[in-house]
Amino acid sequence: MIIASNVSKQFGKLKALDNVSATCLKGECIALIGPNGSGKTTLIKSILGMVVPNSGFITFNGKNILHDWLYREQVGYMPQIGKYPDNMTIRQVISMMKDIRRKTRAEDLDEELISSLGIDKVLDKRMRTLSGGTRQKVSATLAFLFKPDVLILDEPTAGLDPVASEILKEKIIREKGKGKLVLITSHILSDLDDLITEVIYMQEGRLVFHKTLSELRSDTGHSKLSKAIASVMLKA
Amino acid sequence: MKKMIKYVITDILRNKIVIAYTLFLLAISLSVFNLDDNPAKGLLSLLNLVLIIVPLVSIVFSTIYIYNSSEFIELLVSQPLKRKKIWTSLFFGLSGSLTLAVLTGVGIPIVLYSSNITGLVMIGMAALLTIIFVSIAMLAAVITRDKAKGIGVSILLWLYFSLLFDGLALFILFQFQDYPMEKAMIVMSGLNPIDLGRILILLKMDISALMGYSGAIFKDSFGSNLGFALALLIMVLWAVIPNWLSLRKFSRKDL
Repeated sequence: MIIASNVSKQFGKLKALDNVSATCLKGECIALIGPNGSGKTTLIKSILGMVVPNSGFITFNGKNILHDWLYREQVGYMPQIGKYPDNMTIRQVISMMKDIRRKTRAEDLDEELISSLGIDKVLDKRMRTLSGGTRQKVSATLAFLFKPDVLILDEPTAGLDPVASEILKEKIIREKGKGKLVLITSHILSDLDDLITEVIYMQEGRLVFHKTLSELRSDTGHSKLSKAIASVMLKA
Repeated sequence: MKKMIKYVITDILRNKIVIAYTLFLLAISLSVFNLDDNPAKGLLSLLNLVLIIVPLVSIVFSTIYIYNSSEFIELLVSQPLKRKKIWTSLFFGLSGSLTLAVLTGVGIPIVLYSSNITGLVMIGMAALLTIIFVSIAMLAAVITRDKAKGIGVSILLWLYFSLLFDGLALFILFQFQDYPMEKAMIVMSGLNPIDLGRILILLKMDISALMGYSGAIFKDSFGSNLGFALALLIMVLWAVIPNWLSLRKFSRKDL
């Protein structure tokens, strides 16, 4: 579904992405793992077209994303730090997104998270007054709102309370079951154990390996993802 | 795109600076016209205010607005929208609301007190200068990532166009006073939209005789309908070219 070929990106002297190639297919749930500054977010932003690679290209359903923008209709993105216009209320932000995406009919929308995360109780608060966790909840709601085929979640559980993070995890598992492609980055590896099917490990902008979870388990001899990744990191 | 322009304009109206700017212009214009019985004198005083305040407010407000809406822009870029449309909507939203402010704040008093061709030209120039400086501000904001630097660049650009350029032009004139400089001066005035606006308004005021020999030269080249149209075209280019450059820059910018 998403194919990245030899993608490189440089910010000044820093090589954020170094010749990264990856293939992500429907129904997979892929964890992007790596130390801070290893290029995970840059890769995600390149897939979304927010960062333009210096070389290499990314295709979405066989189409190069460089001059295409409609493919983003099929993508739900939850950013690491949700940034929203300060003086809009949550209700205004949500209705603006619906308006921009031209999807206002109830059957096109998935408003489950609005109620289950308790967003419906704070709809009239302005974005600038929200706590980090509530912002994350709004980001999560918006990512799932339009029933996208691809979910890109950058640190989805960071800053969420245990209850909310559990609700979000269950939601991700259910969406995965519907055959959607899910890309997750997270440092809380224990959160990922029951979610993911594949692991992409990145370091210093390079893609070190792309394995299925069972391969990784048998290669490292650890059944827990956190232990398996720790042993990989120690070797490297 | 209409929707996005609507969102940009409601957002601009929500922070009350543009409304304050409108009231400020309205107060100044009305008081200038009420100071003297002769509306032509009022128009002349208004000229300098328009040429200084309108570009300053347009460029500074637009730059700050672009930086402050970086979150909004980032949110929109991850949506199924063409980047060019996002940027163009911002441009139309900003120039639309600021032009509206100018038309209300300066336009209504001029129509009330001195609705002749000179007044109309002044309203047109104020609107055009607004659009030009919004366009320049957006170019400055897209090139510099740092907010303080971007606002600094905008203020310097305004300073250049409204003060430094004239000094520079005078300097060149004095250095080359032994040579015929008339043609060169006309070309130079095209390099500064504020000067061009000033010349066009002054020519309609029929006081170009007061400007001496160079006034006669300007009258000769910009006074005719063709010259006027050409000057207008140059001003439109001043709005279009920075806009085109910033659009190109924005469509490949990393967010």
